[in-house]
Amino acid sequence: MTSGIRFDNVSVAYGGNTVLDSLDLTVEPGEVMALLGPSGSGKTTALRAVAGFVQPVSGRVFIGERDVTRLPPYRRGIGMVVQQYALFPHLRVEDNVAFGLKAQKAVKDEIPGRVAEALDMTGMASYAKRYPRELSGGQQQRVAIARALAIRPGVLLLDEPLSALDAQLRSGMLAELARLHRELPDVSILYVTHDQVEALTLADRIAVMDKARLQDCGTPQQLYRRPTTEFTASFVGNANLLPVTVGGEGAGVVSFAGTSLNVATGGATSGATATLCVRPHLVGLGEGPNALRGTVTEVQWRGATHRLYVDVGGHRLKADLRELRATPELGEEVTVHFAAEDAVLLGAGVSDG
Amino acid sequence: MLVHSRTGKWAARALFLVLFVPLFALPLLVILAASFATNWSGAFPSGPTAGHYTSAVRGESLQALTTSLVTALAASLLALTAGSWAALAAAALKKNGKRVLDALFMLPVAVPSVVVGLAVLVAFSQPPMLLNGTRWIVILAHTVLVTAFAYQSVSAAILRLDPVYEQAAASLGARPSYVLWKVKLPLLLPSLNAAAGLCFALSMGELSATMMLYPPDWMPLPVQIFTATDRGSLFTGSAVAVVLMGTTLLVLLAVSRIRTRASFR
Repeated sequence: MTSGIRFDNVSVAYGGNTVLDSLDLTVEPGEVMALLGPSGSGKTTALRAVAGFVQPVSGRVFIGERDVTRLPPYRRGIGMVVQQYALFPHLRVEDNVAFGLKAQKAVKDEIPGRVAEALDMTGMASYAKRYPRELSGGQQQRVAIARALAIRPGVLLLDEPLSALDAQLRSGMLAELARLHRELPDVSILYVTHDQVEALTLADRIAVMDKARLQDCGTPQQLYRRPTTEFTASFVGNANLLPVTVGGEGAGVVSFAGTSLNVATGGATSGATATLCVRPHLVGLGEGPNALRGTVTEVQWRGATHRLYVDVGGHRLKADLRELRATPELGEEVTVHFAAEDAVLLGAGVSDG
Repeated sequence: MLVHSRTGKWAARALFLVLFVPLFALPLLVILAASFATNWSGAFPSGPTAGHYTSAVRGESLQALTTSLVTALAASLLALTAGSWAALAAAALKKNGKRVLDALFMLPVAVPSVVVGLAVLVAFSQPPMLLNGTRWIVILAHTVLVTAFAYQSVSAAILRLDPVYEQAAASLGARPSYVLWKVKLPLLLPSLNAAAGLCFALSMGELSATMMLYPPDWMPLPVQIFTATDRGSLFTGSAVAVVLMGTTLLVLLAVSRIRTRASFR
């Protein structure tokens, strides 16, 4: 059974306050779609609209070919895992996992087998007799995933499933989730997160949300290498956003703080203002193409890298450099540079008059 | 307010004793002392005897004790069922509906219990609702009086119940009725248990409404204590009161033991 998810112009409002504004989005069968955005961006509301815990004021939600907009949650055939696990505290691990099967009146003889299968898949088979309170956070989250998978849902909704775990456990669980998805290639996954690393690692496509609206949607590579909006550029990875004016001497030139830079300008009109996005880790120290001179305002040592803040003509430029042997002094004049193909021009052709 | 200094702690303890002993402990100790006495004319009771207890656990008194236990048990079970049901229904209502229901269930507490007793008496004295003169009118009045407490404590517990459990169950395909029986009620069990204990204790001590209603063959223990002291048998009344107190405490202890086992999960 393969089934995707489709949002058809879905809006959700609480008492006149729109928290999700006409969302159009399709999650293909078997695809992992990450809903990425800051808190209050409407990403969780979108997930809850699929689960049936919020009722859209307009628009329709489809799971597979089925219009589920008016269906109660229990008839939607979804698996869901939430941040706070929500394991039933009065039931043992095996009964938690069997809950959905019993509720849906699965054939009695099949239940133990399917519970064991789900627990095996998440590596929790040896904890079947324990109560949730006897498990650590990571183990509880595995049980919650096993519980959602035991009913063999067509779509799996994950609402910030790793937020409550510590950093080390989180990267382990990320690998686990990726493996689970390889083992269950037919399950569509909607993954809500505010963590760009989780989204970049796990998702086939990322939908970037902000202010109740879908801002951008594309593969992680597209969004990271060729962002189309300033919000995407700054939320998916770090970014230097430099205000530039298109034009100058010849095509493919923009001017930033009095310096001419060679970048791909596409069809941008000469004279228009635009934003140039350069990833900090693609900025190099020293002479090179597109050199910019400025003074060092701050140096942060981050172990493997040094982060330099350089003031260029009143604008702050971030540069992530591989650990430096000799760090520049504060106030020292330095030259930084970046390759033309590493810069992306955003909002070109739109003059902000 | 937290007290950290050593003298402050001792002062707080002394204040507690000064307030607690005369207000709470002493009256109960006086009853206990009186129940073993034959005479109390000086500062202390005299003529120690266990004779009052022989009559307090026999015949009329024993029957009154059974009456009280049966009434309290029936009333608290009925109240718990009705109160929980109403609380669950109220939780599903919108804000205004819930407020109306809250107010309705507050009524028997807000109105003096004598008034409730009179109201029940008047309401159920005419056919076809003729309960006057039967034990049912006592049980009914107790149920009305204690349902309010069951409703309130279960309501508060439902409010504290995290909706994620209900939602997780629904996402797993459980119908609302299945969620109620397999998730909500088990999670509410400790509160239901506490509410049952409260209802039981209140019903065991109910006097004012009962006085207006009890038929001759269904006299609960508080009424017996009242009539005993009223006709001057203060020491016998005290012994019966101690029996009432002990029985109630024993039942509450048993109930709370079940509760610790239920909430241990």
